[in-house]
Amino acid sequence: MHEMGICDGILTASLEAAARENASRINSINVTIGVLTEVQEDALQFAFSVLTKDSIAEGSTLNVTMVPARSVCGECSAEFVHGRFDAKCAECGSYVCTLVAGRELQIDSIDID
Amino acid sequence: MQVDIAKGILEKNDALAEENRERFARSGVFVVDLMASPGAGKTSTILATIAALRDRYRIAVIEGDIASRVDAEKIAAHGIPAVQINTGGACHLESDMIKRAVDTLDLDEIDLLIIENVGNLVCPTDFDLGEHAKVMILSVPEGHDKPYKYPGIFQVSEAVILNKHDTVGVFDFDEAEFRSVVHDLNPNAPVFALSATKGEGVEAWTEWLAARVEAAKAVQP
Ligand SMILES: Nc1nc2c(ncn2[C@@H]2O[C@H](COP(=O)(O)OP(=O)(O)O)[C@@H](O)[C@H]2O)c(=O)[nH]1
Ligand SMILES: [Mg+2]
Ligand SMILES: [Zn+2]
Ligand SMILES: [Zn+2]
Repeated sequence: MHEMGICDGILTASLEAAARENASRINSINVTIGVLTEVQEDALQFAFSVLTKDSIAEGSTLNVTMVPARSVCGECSAEFVHGRFDAKCAECGSYVCTLVAGRELQIDSIDID
Repeated sequence: MQVDIAKGILEKNDALAEENRERFARSGVFVVDLMASPGAGKTSTILATIAALRDRYRIAVIEGDIASRVDAEKIAAHGIPAVQINTGGACHLESDMIKRAVDTLDLDEIDLLIIENVGNLVCPTDFDLGEHAKVMILSVPEGHDKPYKYPGIFQVSEAVILNKHDTVGVFDFDEAEFRSVVHDLNPNAPVFALSATKGEGVEAWTEWLAARVEAAKAVQP
């Protein structure tokens, strides 16, 4: 299960940052995940509840912002949001597009005491 | 109190992957990462690729598996350097495993490094190993609907191999539909239909790969 490893990365970075600030508690962790990654939010939440046990993040909230897929058309330069199966320009129908968002796996911030 | 982190979750993996990539570039090695379900024919495709390209390029193989050395032994039996990585349960390879495997190889004596990833259609997609191209293999018996169920792996792949093409009739595999969905997901990826164990249709794939190997050698500093 892939989300365990992802969650481990989130927690390691958060605990490191909390230790630098001499925090006694992590209240929440904010992350951004692109919809084109293989991360499922419910599996991530489950992994989070398991991995935070007995740490200063136990009981904290994991806030997940999902980012839609976005591409820029190489022919007409239009920027458009799309799903997994329709990465083609909404304006001119071209398939020559460059993905600019949707593969994020990012820790944004933490809230600590 | 709010503390900004703004860090990639896989930052450690990605940084090491970048180091691997720089090492490969310095030695002019082209690295391809083969991903597929267990039994789709990764090892068979590697053996067919070796047979087609061994006279032109010096090839080495990194075998990723949860346990056992059988695939590495199969490759080594053909006189090709093969390093086995056992992930010990992990369902995908990560860049530090590749680094340790590469430490045991002499990159200056290699033109093409083939990585067999752990059999899995989900996890390998998010992990950069420092390879130049990810290529996925679907085998006919798995069914033509797999791109609907595992779109991610089709999207990160630069090429798609459709293996066990000799069994298309047996499994009522709708190849036109398969090609059309792959095109919707990843319009630039070529689809190579082949039968690895019979050696049929292998040439289009190996010529695509050879062109990439040549390109990697041409830009070597
Ligand atoms: N009919 C047929 N069988 C194949 C082909 N390629 C592989 N196989 C068989 O599929 C099984 C799994 O192949 P293997 O290369 O070990 O798959 P891996 O687990 O992805 O490395 C073996 O029994 C192979 O003989 C093919 O092109 N046609
Ligand atoms: Mg194998
Ligand atoms: Zn995994
Ligand atoms: Zn357009």
